[in-house]
Amino acid sequence: MRYAGLLVMPAGFFLAIAALVLFPASASRAAFVVCGLAVEALGLGVAVRGHMPQRGASRP
Amino acid sequence: MTPTAPAMTDAAFALALALLLLAPLAIAGVALINTGLGRSRSAVQALLGNLAIVAVAAIVFALVGATLAGTLPGAAGGAGCIFHLAGKPWNWIGASPFLLGGLAAAPAQSQLALLFEFLAVAFAALIPWGSGADRFRLTSGCAAAAVLAAIVFPLLAHWVWAGGWLSQLGVNFSLGAGFLDPGGAATAHVLGGLSALAVIWIAGPRKGKFPKEGLATALPGHNAIYILFGCFVSLVGWLAWNVAGALIWLHAPLAALPVTAVNTLLSASAALAATFAVTRIRFGKPDASLCANAWLAGLVASSACAALVTPGESLAVGFIAGIVTPLLVEVLELAVSIDDPSGAITVHAAGGLLGLFAAGLFASQTGQLLAQLIGIATLLGVVLPLVYLLFWLLNRVLAFRVDPDGERIGMDLHELGGGAYPEFVIHRDESYR
Repeated sequence: MRYAGLLVMPAGFFLAIAALVLFPASASRAAFVVCGLAVEALGLGVAVRGHMPQRGASRP
Repeated sequence: MTPTAPAMTDAAFALALALLLLAPLAIAGVALINTGLGRSRSAVQALLGNLAIVAVAAIVFALVGATLAGTLPGAAGGAGCIFHLAGKPWNWIGASPFLLGGLAAAPAQSQLALLFEFLAVAFAALIPWGSGADRFRLTSGCAAAAVLAAIVFPLLAHWVWAGGWLSQLGVNFSLGAGFLDPGGAATAHVLGGLSALAVIWIAGPRKGKFPKEGLATALPGHNAIYILFGCFVSLVGWLAWNVAGALIWLHAPLAALPVTAVNTLLSASAALAATFAVTRIRFGKPDASLCANAWLAGLVASSACAALVTPGESLAVGFIAGIVTPLLVEVLELAVSIDDPSGAITVHAAGGLLGLFAAGLFASQTGQLLAQLIGIATLLGVVLPLVYLLFWLLNRVLAFRVDPDGERIGMDLHELGGGAYPEFVIHRDESYR
């Protein structure tokens, strides 16, 4: 789970880059870039969730 | 931010050089703040670590990073490797002469740009050190700084400052003036903040921070005077940093520089005022360390946009940074159990991203917001996973976290054999029960 989120984040980046290459129109390009950012946010959320320590795990 | 920059006048060159000689005060201020936010039994290790990291970052950047950053012109005039995709050139990595070759003969502006990058790489490498306070080993911290200075920072600096593909978004895709980051918000602060997140994830929380039951344990900083004085020191450095950045990367006229300085001050001031009010409302009294964090967050946000926005817009950016900072610190600690003693994720990563977004939002050029969004997507989608991967591999070779005994007696005694306050008696820590 912790690594899955980090793997999803580059997918969002490539979505944003694909928007640059594929869409000359600014509206569809912007929409795709925002979708890419949303995918990255999703990946970040999963990574954060996966890295949350088990309560008590930090106790000696 | 293009390789074909207009020549700099002698007055602008002298001013930019003088400002860059003042800019390390920003680094000194943040080092002081990070030390104050840590515990007294790790104070010397924290401050020595800051100094060592600056040294390691500078050496490694000179040996390896500057070549990949591509700021100095190469033998053929240009300084970058380019591939073509969809009919557009994508300049993805620099290729300057090895070991700063040709530095003395390079154009004056390239020399200043390189000096700016030296300071930025030191700053970026320093930021995760504060987040690993009280458990991050000194050698591992230096090794992490070396990784950032050798690989990640040079890539990002090339993309943003040295004619790389992000800086060319305007030329190739008609997106405003391309990705703009005159003060190093992306290359130094967001990179540092995201690296801090990777360090925290890999090293884990401090012992006793998140007990089995109940809320997270408060582990307050040991010296509020260091923290608040560090804010004053930082302001001087930041003013110099942002004005120098406007001169070097935006080729701003001299008459435009006072506005950049005023915007820097306004952003920090508005952030402090907002956090002062938020903490006063939430806790009944203003919180000193959160106010210091907000001051820094305002400064970080100004790094991206102080040279690009009006004073009113700068106030708005600082105000938003000041509202977000205390709330995000609370969310990260209480909701997602991230133990970030220096608040680097909130201050540097979130503050930098806010500034970069604002630089696009308030821009007059068409497509500038989209260029800034693509830059943000690059930071989150490439830089964070790359830093995490490199740090994860490094942790396999050189463990980030100190052994339990070191954490119990404090990093000063464990790693250096002596503390900052030898007359103090180290008391038993109740959180270890």
